[in-house]
Amino acid sequence: MTLTNPTHDAAREQDLILQVQRGQSELFYELVRPYERRVYAAALAILRNEQDAEDTAQEAMLKAFANIRQFRAEARFSTWLIQITVNQALMRRRRERTVPMEGLDNRRDVSDNENEYAPRDFADWREIPSEALERKEVRQRLAEALATLDRKYREVFVLRDMEHLNIQETAEALGITVASVKTRLLRARLMLRDLLAAGWEQGWFSRLPFEKGNKPW
Amino acid sequence: MVENTFRCEQVWREVSNYIDGEVDAALRSSMDEHFRTCKRCASVLAGTRNVVQLYGDERMLDVPAGFSRRLEKRLENRLTHDSAVKGSRWSSWSAWLVPVAAMALIAGGLLLTNNLTHWHFVRSQHAEPAYKIPPDLVVVVSDGAKLFHVPGCPFIHDKASERTMTAKEAMQEGYVPCTRCLRQYLKTGMSGHSATEVAEGGRVEEEEREETLSVAGH
Ligand SMILES: [Zn+2]
Ligand SMILES: [Zn+2]
Repeated sequence: MTLTNPTHDAAREQDLILQVQRGQSELFYELVRPYERRVYAAALAILRNEQDAEDTAQEAMLKAFANIRQFRAEARFSTWLIQITVNQALMRRRRERTVPMEGLDNRRDVSDNENEYAPRDFADWREIPSEALERKEVRQRLAEALATLDRKYREVFVLRDMEHLNIQETAEALGITVASVKTRLLRARLMLRDLLAAGWEQGWFSRLPFEKGNKPW
Repeated sequence: MVENTFRCEQVWREVSNYIDGEVDAALRSSMDEHFRTCKRCASVLAGTRNVVQLYGDERMLDVPAGFSRRLEKRLENRLTHDSAVKGSRWSSWSAWLVPVAAMALIAGGLLLTNNLTHWHFVRSQHAEPAYKIPPDLVVVVSDGAKLFHVPGCPFIHDKASERTMTAKEAMQEGYVPCTRCLRQYLKTGMSGHSATEVAEGGRVEEEEREETLSVAGH
């Protein structure tokens, strides 16, 4: 899957979009399928509830379908889809008001610079190799660490670092400034770094499949 | 620690931008210099990079078991329905409008002048599940209108305030089905035009009313 030619994929995607826009509805799933996991992750980052996230992911896909004719080729389709998802998820959260005071801090850019975050752990960094992600337990630990972040950091981090939106796109999706995205992203990354460092102490990564000569101890 | 042009705190503040290539050349080279000589900041950089690399991995995007299948199914339901509606939207809709208009004329001014009465009538009719709309059918509602529609219906009142939900949710919220796009579900067991259908023809939303009136006037 990772071996497919990206240029070919992009051309295929353009083609699919055009066909769906012209009424070939049955091709829509093929078009969105490569992004379904990202759509779900975006919804989950905002709603923090698997059921709501799944429902919202489905709604977002349907919304994208209903509005497919408004999609313009200048935009990236994936970004457009993620933005619809974020929008749906934010709407749902506002509607359901599951958490009191929701929606207050997200739109406010002040106070991002107050109390800057300083890293806590300065020991030589023990690299966690990507191969470790093969283990569900490791993925779960990472997801748990992420879930402990405050909403405003978590949302920016997920859109930027997991969904791979650029900084401008992240700002637009969340309705915050570029400067705010940068500040929150920095903080999210530094906090996660400390959480992973602490994870070592707790043995999260103790049985990692390190290659020879790559042992951190 | 080596004396540096930079203090560590400044480096921490920029480490994220550094990774993203969002620092200018001068800042970058000062930071490079700092990382070479400051173990603390080298650790911060390495760890931050590790975080970005791990979480950015596709494998971090877990979905619940059965997610894809459920998504595909919901899309399928909706898309199949959409093409059915789309195929018939303009042709059979206008054909259908004529009998309704005729019914309106037969009923005299009643249907068109007494919206409120019929509104209540329709609402109470709809309190019972008289039609066979699949409860999980995806429908669209909008502000300031009482109808729910199949997405893409040309009679959606205010597209900007569209909300998507299931037919069941829409009915629970008190919305009633649009007779245009959901017509296929509105047939009751009665022969000919059901009471629901006739009443629906008389209760029209703002933008629909004119149209029905103008047809009726012909
Ligand atoms: Zn330093
Ligand atoms: Zn309709």
